[in-house]
Amino acid sequence: IHNLKYFKRTCGEIFELKAELNSDKKEKKKEAVKKVIASMTVGKDVSALFPDVVNCMQTDNLELKKLVYLYLMNYAKSQPDMAIMAVNTFVKDCEDPNPLIRALAVRTMGCIRVDKITEYLCEPLRKCLKDEDPYVRKTAAVCVAKLHDINAQLVEDQGFLDTLKDLISDSNPMVVANAVAALSEIAESHPNSNLLDLNPQSINKLLTALNECTEWGQIFILDCLANYTPRDDRESQSICERVTPRLSHANSAVVLSAVKVLMKFMEMLPKDLDYYGTLLKKLAPPLVTLLSAEPELQYVALRNINLIVQKRPEILKHEMKVFFVKYNDPIYVKLEKLDIMIRLASQANIAQVLAELKEYATEVDVDFVRKAVRAIGRCAIKVEQSAERCVSTLLDLIQTKVNYVVQEAIVVIKDIFRKYPNKYESVIATLCENLDSLDEPEARAAMIWIVGEYAERIDNADELLESFLEGFHDESTQVQLQLLTAIVKLFLKKPTETQELVQQVLSLATQDSDNPDLRDRGYIYWRLLSTDPVAAKEVVLAEKPLISEETDLIEPTLLEELICHIGTLASVYHKPPSAFVEGSRGVQHKRLPARAGSGESAESPDTVSTGGVSEAPPAVIPSQGDLLGDLLNLDLTPPTTTGPPPPTSSMQMGAMDLLGGGLDSLMGASFGAPPAVMPGSFNAPVSGGLSDLFDLGGGVGMPMGAYVPPKTVWLPAMKAKGLEISGTFARRSGVVQMEMTLTNKAMSVMGDFAIQFNRNSFGLAPAGPLQVLTPFTPNQSIEVTLPLNTVGPVMKMEPLNNLQVAVKNNIDVFYFSCQYPISMLFVEDGKMERQVFLATWKDIPNDNESQFQIKDCHLNSVVVSTT
Amino acid sequence: MIHSLFLVNASGDIFLEKHWKSVVSRSVCDYFFEAQERATEPENVPPVIPTPHHYLISVLRHRIYFVAVIQSEVPPLFVIEFLHRVVDTFQDYFGVCTEAAIKDNVVVVYELLEEMLDNGFPLATESNILKELIKPPTILRTMVNTITGSTNVGEQLPTGQLSVVPWRRTGVKYTNNEAYFDVVEEIDAIIDKSGSTITAEIQGVIDACVKLTGMPDLTLSFMNPRLLDDVSFHPCVRFKRWEAERILSFIPPDGNFRLLSYHVSSQNLVAIPVYVKHNITFREGSSQGRFDLTLGPKQTMGKAVESVLVSSQLPRGVLNTNLNPSQGTYTFDPVTKLLTWDVGKINPQKLPSLKGSMSLQAGASKPDENPTINIQFKIQQMAISGLKVNRLDMYGEKYKPFKGIKYMTKAGKFQVRT
Repeated sequence: IHNLKYFKRTCGEIFELKAELNSDKKEKKKEAVKKVIASMTVGKDVSALFPDVVNCMQTDNLELKKLVYLYLMNYAKSQPDMAIMAVNTFVKDCEDPNPLIRALAVRTMGCIRVDKITEYLCEPLRKCLKDEDPYVRKTAAVCVAKLHDINAQLVEDQGFLDTLKDLISDSNPMVVANAVAALSEIAESHPNSNLLDLNPQSINKLLTALNECTEWGQIFILDCLANYTPRDDRESQSICERVTPRLSHANSAVVLSAVKVLMKFMEMLPKDLDYYGTLLKKLAPPLVTLLSAEPELQYVALRNINLIVQKRPEILKHEMKVFFVKYNDPIYVKLEKLDIMIRLASQANIAQVLAELKEYATEVDVDFVRKAVRAIGRCAIKVEQSAERCVSTLLDLIQTKVNYVVQEAIVVIKDIFRKYPNKYESVIATLCENLDSLDEPEARAAMIWIVGEYAERIDNADELLESFLEGFHDESTQVQLQLLTAIVKLFLKKPTETQELVQQVLSLATQDSDNPDLRDRGYIYWRLLSTDPVAAKEVVLAEKPLISEETDLIEPTLLEELICHIGTLASVYHKPPSAFVEGSRGVQHKRLPARAGSGESAESPDTVSTGGVSEAPPAVIPSQGDLLGDLLNLDLTPPTTTGPPPPTSSMQMGAMDLLGGGLDSLMGASFGAPPAVMPGSFNAPVSGGLSDLFDLGGGVGMPMGAYVPPKTVWLPAMKAKGLEISGTFARRSGVVQMEMTLTNKAMSVMGDFAIQFNRNSFGLAPAGPLQVLTPFTPNQSIEVTLPLNTVGPVMKMEPLNNLQVAVKNNIDVFYFSCQYPISMLFVEDGKMERQVFLATWKDIPNDNESQFQIKDCHLNSVVVSTT
Repeated sequence: MIHSLFLVNASGDIFLEKHWKSVVSRSVCDYFFEAQERATEPENVPPVIPTPHHYLISVLRHRIYFVAVIQSEVPPLFVIEFLHRVVDTFQDYFGVCTEAAIKDNVVVVYELLEEMLDNGFPLATESNILKELIKPPTILRTMVNTITGSTNVGEQLPTGQLSVVPWRRTGVKYTNNEAYFDVVEEIDAIIDKSGSTITAEIQGVIDACVKLTGMPDLTLSFMNPRLLDDVSFHPCVRFKRWEAERILSFIPPDGNFRLLSYHVSSQNLVAIPVYVKHNITFREGSSQGRFDLTLGPKQTMGKAVESVLVSSQLPRGVLNTNLNPSQGTYTFDPVTKLLTWDVGKINPQKLPSLKGSMSLQAGASKPDENPTINIQFKIQQMAISGLKVNRLDMYGEKYKPFKGIKYMTKAGKFQVRT
């Protein structure tokens, strides 16, 4: 009912207006048109009055004419047939003696987007482009752009573009500016057309017009100038000189466009030129001034300053203070200022910056506080001298216990750890206290990374990680991935205590997850751990590359491009102009074919390769659960159904291998003898499980007395000023020996040798002095045997069999570390009576025992014992 | 270029739209409304909002959002500057720039917008040109128009449009010829807890009101032009002359205009005219907090500090305050937690203070943030930078004009951290 009422009312209103529009009285007519316009402005549909309003067009009253034109522009599109009625009046008005009316007519006609009307527009437009009055010419110039928008072909066919180009040399600066604006707009939809073909003569024309035209015209001209490439540095300098006064313009858009031209042309100036320095100095004040403008202007200015600071930090390096945040700045300004503060941070101003950042971290606005905390971390990474101060500031902030502050702080501390390893780990304890309050994925992931990375220093690392594992499936992928990696790291560092944990996480990641990334990573770790734990260690615990000082720097080629687009939307979004909506369609289009082609070709091998992989899943995720065994079988040997039993390899031990054999080889890293050749000197008929165990653990002891691993290089000559040491460990007639080959690769004679061991897991120590025959001349090699005993000081090493050695000679002291086979520590008389063994076995608490089923094992105890 | 303009009021209604090219549907503003909803404060709406086919660039003035729609790569500052010009023009024409004023004058608004842009290109944005094209509505003119049937729209081509001095119309006549200049400086400063200055800078402007007959050519010189090393000029100022002689030489626009704006940065010494002694404390476990604030003058060259207004956003945990001002009045809004204290004039003999207690939510922990104190003030007859006009001369016309210079200093964003 309500709608109906409104409808009726509108109906009545329109009826009334119709009557008034057809009134004889001029004044009444005008008032009626005004009412119509008013309704139109607020979005009411008054198109029904079209014929009546058009009837009012033929009048001497300029205001009435303008109002009717306003109406026409709005509704002509929906009433094209009616609009034709107006054409005659337009054509006539284009001949009017009053230039205002001529200009108005051509301007309005261009706004009526009806094909039939545009046909009639061409002749009047041609005349107006050559009109004697510059006001008409400048209006006509814009009209060409309008027409081009409606019918580009028509504009080209009629030769309007050439006329427009001629207008660049017009005597009136306003006409020049409008011609440039129109051409720029047309050029935008034709990226490759040579519309604005600039040469030194036209540049000179533009520079002259620049001084005399309106502020808007200056923007068009400056933007146009920015596309020009000067022939040499002298031309570049002269353009710069003529553009610099624009930096003092009150219109900020003019200022920024001038900055763009200067930033671009500066590239061509030699740096030792005096003028170059002058120009740099001149650029700072206008940029600072932009920051005292309204917040919206500030925002755009700040986004651009961000680019400028990355390109030429020297311009604003002394202006840090203007970027300090006022508490009532809008949030979008605050965030941008903060970004630039970090970019400008240097050793000189870091104290001030840090004090500010600390202040910001107690503000109310959550987003801002977060970014401020993050900024402190970025300062630490950027300015090394401040790192310690930053860390202590962050710790202070963690003490506030404000949840989001703590979380941000942990995220940045992770980066600080990476940048300065082994420096600030003392704070880990404080971080661990806040474990429970972390509820954001990024913070959780960061904390997990820290625990994994420093697992050896955190006593309860396994407990901490286990606590995260409980809700594994509810975590975000980021956290899951990090947790997986951290537990694997932990396992590699503390293999003995964390077997269960690692198995748990591996099966969670591979069996129970739908996320391909997680699954793949899980499998990779699993395979690594099972095939070659040493390699796993090398991969997982590899030295990480340093993180860069500046985060989120814009990539240089993009930065160059964006500098050429200072002041535009591209500069606000820090994206290349080709990524923008309309106008650049042509550019994008050209790139697309190449992309599509490569996409297709990439697809076919993809499907091939997935074909191979796709066979795997059914076997990989077996229903019975002994995933490990199956996985290993699948990976390393042909399917078990084929032919004869595969050769006896440690891999055949399936699940046991990962936690037993793998672990073992982890400990006895250089122990090269494969279990397959193990003589079964322990052929005591114990139960199957036990004998397997013997194979793994005890079996290695006996024959090892004779086995000596080949010598490896411990200390390369490069690192020891010419002294190269390679060596190995051996057990000969009950005495542990270190057998070394020393080579003098230096140019001088060496002497005064001595050796020392760091404290180690089994208390290994030299039993006598290192005896090297002197003089040890260049290019000489000596074999040295050093007897060892196990009465030295004990300290647990990581890995267990690691030995840190210091060798001294007359040149310097050198350090290296090497790993010895555990077997060389085993005594020859280790044989036990069966009863004694079983008793000893039983003495080990039950919870230290784990059991595994080994399937598809084609060995039996007899085979094992006879081979 | 600029495609369309939408005016949106505080409650989120579009009350005016204008299209300079094809019509863009109102629905494009939905993206703006989304951003508006996300923003906690009205002024936090980002100025540039991308949508799939357009970009929305907006400014908020007088509680109205001016939302411009652009479709191609257009310099955002260009659009923002233009929107500012629209706001200024409305204010100039209607006295105020409010929704009601715009709605009352909707036809004039439409005519103005049509004159200001053509196909998205700025056409006439200088107020004196616009005024020649479209006469501002006044009660008198409305009456005259109704009686005589004449119109609001000028029949003649505006004289300024094409001359080399587009900002001035020809044939200006006054019986009293006068030229007044206001030197107004605003101090932006951040003062830290201990009272030392973190940043301080001066934003200065010289606003002029020139009503002179004919085509006068003015020169304005300063006692200490060296202060002005970062300046933005009105287009009428001859830049070369300034570069060479540090003299402002110009043919002024008719009426009110901003001749110059300048910036004195923190490198130069900026005097801080007031100091604040404060003690705002919360104790852990107590539901009371202490509030103690005293203001005093400092470096004012003997001039009085007037119209002092102190405001501070107290922490959310503060329920109410019980304060006692030694002069002026104070209010505390328990909803927004905004404390304002209208101090008035500072008497150096008897310093104004505001003391008392704040009550906190029972059992709540001590607030983390420290309130920042915002101070507004005015000092008449002084430019805090020390800038002084030396003399003003007029050439080109024979009469003798009245001349006047006024100085004033006020607080811009003057903040004291506690």
